[in-house]
Amino acid sequence: MDYTKDINQFIIDNFLFGDDNTVGNDASLLENGIIDSTGVLELISFLEETYEITVEDDEMIPENLDSIDNINQFLNKKTTT
Amino acid sequence: MCGLAGLCHINGPGSISLDTLHHMTAALQHRGGDESGIYVDDQVGLGHSRLSIIDLTSGTQPIHNEDNSLWIVFNGEIFNYPELRKELIADGHQFYTTTDTEVVLHLFEKDGLHCLDSLNGQFAFAIWDSGKKQLFLARDRMGICPLHYTIQNGYIYFASEIKSLFMEKKIHREMNPIALDQIFTFWAPLPGVTTFKNIHELEPGQFLHIDKGNIQIKKYWHFPVPSRAEQIDASPEELTEELTDLLSDAVRIRLIADVTVGSYLSGGLDSSGITALIAKHFNHDVQSFGIRFEESDFDESIYQKQLASFLNVNHKELSVSNTDIASHFSEILWHAEKPLLRTAPVPLFLLSKLVSESGLKVILTGEGADEIFGGYNIFKEALIRKFWSRKPEDQSRADLITRIYPNIFKNPLLKKSLIKFFAQGLDDADNPLFSHLIRWNNTKRIKMFFSDDLKNEIGNYDGIEEIRQRLPDEFDSCSTLTKAQYLESSIFLSNYLLSSQGDRVAMGHAVETRPPFLDHRIIEFMSRVPSAWKILGLNEKHILKKAFSDILPKNIIDRPKNPYRAPIQQSLFSTHNSELINNMLSETAIRETGYFNTKKVKALTTKLNAKKNINEVEGMAIAGILSTQIIDNQYIQSFPLPTTPSLKPDLFIDHRSGNSGLFAGNQ
Repeated sequence: MDYTKDINQFIIDNFLFGDDNTVGNDASLLENGIIDSTGVLELISFLEETYEITVEDDEMIPENLDSIDNINQFLNKKTTT
Repeated sequence: MCGLAGLCHINGPGSISLDTLHHMTAALQHRGGDESGIYVDDQVGLGHSRLSIIDLTSGTQPIHNEDNSLWIVFNGEIFNYPELRKELIADGHQFYTTTDTEVVLHLFEKDGLHCLDSLNGQFAFAIWDSGKKQLFLARDRMGICPLHYTIQNGYIYFASEIKSLFMEKKIHREMNPIALDQIFTFWAPLPGVTTFKNIHELEPGQFLHIDKGNIQIKKYWHFPVPSRAEQIDASPEELTEELTDLLSDAVRIRLIADVTVGSYLSGGLDSSGITALIAKHFNHDVQSFGIRFEESDFDESIYQKQLASFLNVNHKELSVSNTDIASHFSEILWHAEKPLLRTAPVPLFLLSKLVSESGLKVILTGEGADEIFGGYNIFKEALIRKFWSRKPEDQSRADLITRIYPNIFKNPLLKKSLIKFFAQGLDDADNPLFSHLIRWNNTKRIKMFFSDDLKNEIGNYDGIEEIRQRLPDEFDSCSTLTKAQYLESSIFLSNYLLSSQGDRVAMGHAVETRPPFLDHRIIEFMSRVPSAWKILGLNEKHILKKAFSDILPKNIIDRPKNPYRAPIQQSLFSTHNSELINNMLSETAIRETGYFNTKKVKALTTKLNAKKNINEVEGMAIAGILSTQIIDNQYIQSFPLPTTPSLKPDLFIDHRSGNSGLFAGNQ
């Protein structure tokens, strides 16, 4: 399933305050200054609440969370297992 | 301290409005309402509002020399004036007061512009040579005392604070987009730049001289950036001994006053050390003042109590609530005259009120120690990141960064994300701005709230590039720590800590703060101390801690540094403040000023109203947006222009053609 649109919207609403031109699906959210450490926690609670998943400690790594594409893949993995 | 103001027709005799001069001087009365004085002739007007600290009876300004050819208005203190005075008297100069101000004037008479080299102090002054028709404005080395100016229609107007300049109705009041860009990147405008277009600030260590229509603006002192080769080759013990002597003398000369001098005591190393030096060596009964926060995360009062009891000093504590911060935010912006990304100046403004109510006018503070001795985390961060950059893949090097921020790394889940944050720029470790780029790039994210109009006005301007252009020639040969210390001191210290969080909030209640660590002898000495002795391993302010080891308890020396902060969201977004927030951040208000994007500001305020915790960047954004809106309201839209003359000077000297007189008393 493709979650990119929803994740993108969450990021635009919550971290970019409505600015919809600035983030590509493969761009690093940390390196582009879109989210910081507090933002990571916000993102995790959004994912947990919206998709009814639990993000385990060892899953909280940039490989899973640092771009819209990575989050999409991660969500697909989580929701199919 | 005091307030000074004036105007000068640059090319010769002009029209010097006495009304303007009165209004300009009256606008500074909060800086010292003890007395006021005016000098006027056909080319110049000088105004002074005095806070009497030395020579309470005969020190009324403007002060003149023996033949009445030189006139001075002065703000601040010269701490080595007793020695200078003796030398000048030996040279035949005659004094009619016992003030430091008169010493500066005679020193100028003797050495001209080079008088600045001999002064140890914090000051801003204007000297008018009525014989040679020359005007001389100068500001202390670190910029502890403010001095602003603007040149318009052949006149220069100058004053301690910008509000005084705006008393001249002809001076246009308009926000400076470049200043906003700088504040929203560096937390403060760059040296010389102010919030308003065409209003300048004399830079720290700079003078301005007008002679026959020519204006010369020049730095007479630079923050030292010695190369590694110029560093002192001495043992830490020898360095500590020399520093101990310097510190003791820096405190001693700052206790000179004809009024009682107190101290701020935060519970941290720096102010504790200063208070201990006073109590042990000079004044056992020193009165100390500290802040207690409602929010426990920000509170350090337990250490203040410990210190006060250890030193047996008379300590007064001020409790600051979130409501206090919210309700005084507008008021301190009126004093600060620049947008702020923090609320931390507010508690200090309230503390200076307590000082004033306790009958004190002068306070010694620990300001400047972190910059001069290497106390900030950003310095350690730079050293570690530099080391890490040589082997970016080395996990053990990356892990060092977690040791500086044990609290934020407490959550192991965030470790990888945070390490990734600090890894930014490792591939550009030779960049002269390496230490600070990571922070500036983080802060400037809040520029996303700028409106398209503001972005267009800023255009291609790049503040970081401007800093690069301004760097001293010898910068490349300095150590990583020296570079970082220079950047921190020349931007954040001078233009935020000493200004919005220093002079302005203290003078808001007519209190003068004196930071002994910023004695230029200490700055110059410490600049030549090798980096390794400033930060030993990861132990910050190593030499300073050694110097204080005999006079402070071990737990105060050893406790981890806790930066002074004040809550933002908890205070500004408390229910108490809803009216101000609604007025200043409403869609209409945002659209009216035009600086910010209405849609984004609305999204941010909605998020802030709904959420319990916001991140650091959002906190800076909301403080910056709100304070810009308030400053616009105070200084652009609703500036209280004067109507009737509001000043009755205690001293009025009228040297205009056809008038010649020196009047004391209310004229």
